[in-house]
Amino acid sequence: MKRIAGMLLVVLTVAGVLWADSALSITGAGATFPYPMYSKWFDEYHKKNSNLEINYQSIGSGGGIKQVTEGTVDFGATDGPMNDDQLKAYQDKHGFGILHFPTVLGADVPAYNIPGVTAELNFTQDAIAGIFLGKITKWNDPAIAGPNKGVNLPANDIVVVHRSEGSGTTYIWTDYLSKVSEEWKTKVGKGASVNWPVGLGAKGNESVAGTIKNTPDSFGYVELIYAIQNNMPYGRVRNSSGVFVKADLASVTAAAAGAAKSMPDDFRVSITDAPGKTAYPISSFTWLLVPAKFSDATKRDAIKGFVKWMLADGQNYTEALSYAKLPKEVVAKELKALNNVQ
Amino acid sequence: MAITTTIVPTAGPVAGSRSFLSRLREGDEIARMITFLFAASVVLVTVLLVFELWQGSVLARHKFGFNFFHTSVWDPIFEQFGALPFIYGTLVTAAVALLIAVPLGIGAAIFLAELAPARVSDTLEFFIDLLAAVPSVIYGVLGVFIIVPLMRQYVHPALKHSLGFLPLFQGPAYGVGFLTAGIVLAIMVIPYIISVSREVLLSVPRDQREAALSLGATRWESTWKVVVPFARAGIFGSIFLALARALGETMAVTMVIGNTPTISASLLSPGYSIAAVIANEFTEATGELHTQSLIELGLVLFILTFLLNGFARLLIVATSKRGSGARA
Repeated sequence: MKRIAGMLLVVLTVAGVLWADSALSITGAGATFPYPMYSKWFDEYHKKNSNLEINYQSIGSGGGIKQVTEGTVDFGATDGPMNDDQLKAYQDKHGFGILHFPTVLGADVPAYNIPGVTAELNFTQDAIAGIFLGKITKWNDPAIAGPNKGVNLPANDIVVVHRSEGSGTTYIWTDYLSKVSEEWKTKVGKGASVNWPVGLGAKGNESVAGTIKNTPDSFGYVELIYAIQNNMPYGRVRNSSGVFVKADLASVTAAAAGAAKSMPDDFRVSITDAPGKTAYPISSFTWLLVPAKFSDATKRDAIKGFVKWMLADGQNYTEALSYAKLPKEVVAKELKALNNVQ
Repeated sequence: MAITTTIVPTAGPVAGSRSFLSRLREGDEIARMITFLFAASVVLVTVLLVFELWQGSVLARHKFGFNFFHTSVWDPIFEQFGALPFIYGTLVTAAVALLIAVPLGIGAAIFLAELAPARVSDTLEFFIDLLAAVPSVIYGVLGVFIIVPLMRQYVHPALKHSLGFLPLFQGPAYGVGFLTAGIVLAIMVIPYIISVSREVLLSVPRDQREAALSLGATRWESTWKVVVPFARAGIFGSIFLALARALGETMAVTMVIGNTPTISASLLSPGYSIAAVIANEFTEATGELHTQSLIELGLVLFILTFLLNGFARLLIVATSKRGSGARA
């Protein structure tokens, strides 16, 4: 037994030494929402560049920002852009800045379970905000029933379900609510976890989905990808042009295209409630966080190489995994911004 | 968080009979020092833990002071943090769990140790140990898929119908909440109570039983009036082990408690516990104050466990003084 263990140790050590010798290893950490996409990309990219190994830990956006600021990882990833305080903290610590690179798009969809109702419901901005503020408490409230003529909504109490753990999904949802409801903005605000006025908390998309499925008269939000992959029914949301839009990959990309014209140079933009007739209003980019300066030139070139590939070939893998593609305008802008990484 | 029993290393039985040097040469002293280091590391880890929790929560402690313990707003956006709903939820769920688990667990232990044939007892013990080793997330899944729907459809309506006049059983029936979390916790801690209590009961000397029987006691009288009191300290120990487990349980609780920081007299209401909120929010806590408040919650949980543990020990001391033969 001892001998086997000893031999194993030797083999592992030798393998480790050889491995370290031949491969450049880059580490990143952050958002969980794009993790399936990222792991596919890193895997595909590794197949093309066998000497480069990218390790990504999906520890959450907050953790990603923390780790990249502390310098324990080479790059970070987040579902909500870093705020000015965080950017300043990074600048103060390192002496140079950090850049945001949008990678793919995601969206939140409203999901519900009303016994006897199978129709796809239409939700206005006021209805969603009202339900989550606890002001609309019954399904047959005129704010919900108005745009759903012909659907027999019951007079039952709405059970609101939200995420219990801090998450990018919640960030997108609360960012949207802050834009469409002044009251939400001043009373609750936007963030990965907030002080919910009403509702039950459930951990993860699967738990929110499960709670909605098991609780009659419930209403909550899940990621679009999760809803698509699990064939969950979900409602349409009225966008800023007054059109009820159902979330799908095209309407999410349309939201990004609508916002692309006013895209700031640092890409820190929220595209919830974006303009455009076909735009789905509860959409968001997710970002890679890349330091503006690298002391190690091989690492810098490897990361730049990967981002370039991700913006071109990488985008072809997105739809198979139900992520929405970046619009062309954004890709062009990002390629330009990549030159700022030194 | 487990109960740590620190045994102070007194000088070994043979210490003093030989010189220090000869003990060193024969290895006794070395063994003593090494094992002492191992034992001391327990204390060291505890001290380090408290130190880290204390250091890591300095901002939150200064900003909120004692308000942290008696305010109930938890708002990461506007950076207002109060721990009361979490403390309340932790204590209530643990109390519900013990209320259910203690009678069931001790009853089962008495049956297994005193009344059941050895073969039945050993077979069941195997299953109990198996239950104790199941990861808590599995109990959480059991809770989500079986207990929560049962609670919502049958138990909550029935309680509201029969006992709804009590403030304990009012409000809408979501299925999740304090009562559900307490029941899942009870299922999780029962194996601990049974397993430890059974061992303790089995270790009660045969003489005690024989003496009672020879005085004309029935089987049950000898069990209830002699064996159980004799093993009282050990049984209490099993209960406090269960309590510590219930206070610190994270995964299973967060899956069934509803994760809403409310203080409600109703057991049917959704709530939140300290361990659950730390697990839920720590990874995505970006603000310094938010992170530090979560760490301070960790400190609160530590203090809570420490106080209850100390109280438990006092209780054992008090009762064993009053009791007749509780020397175990």
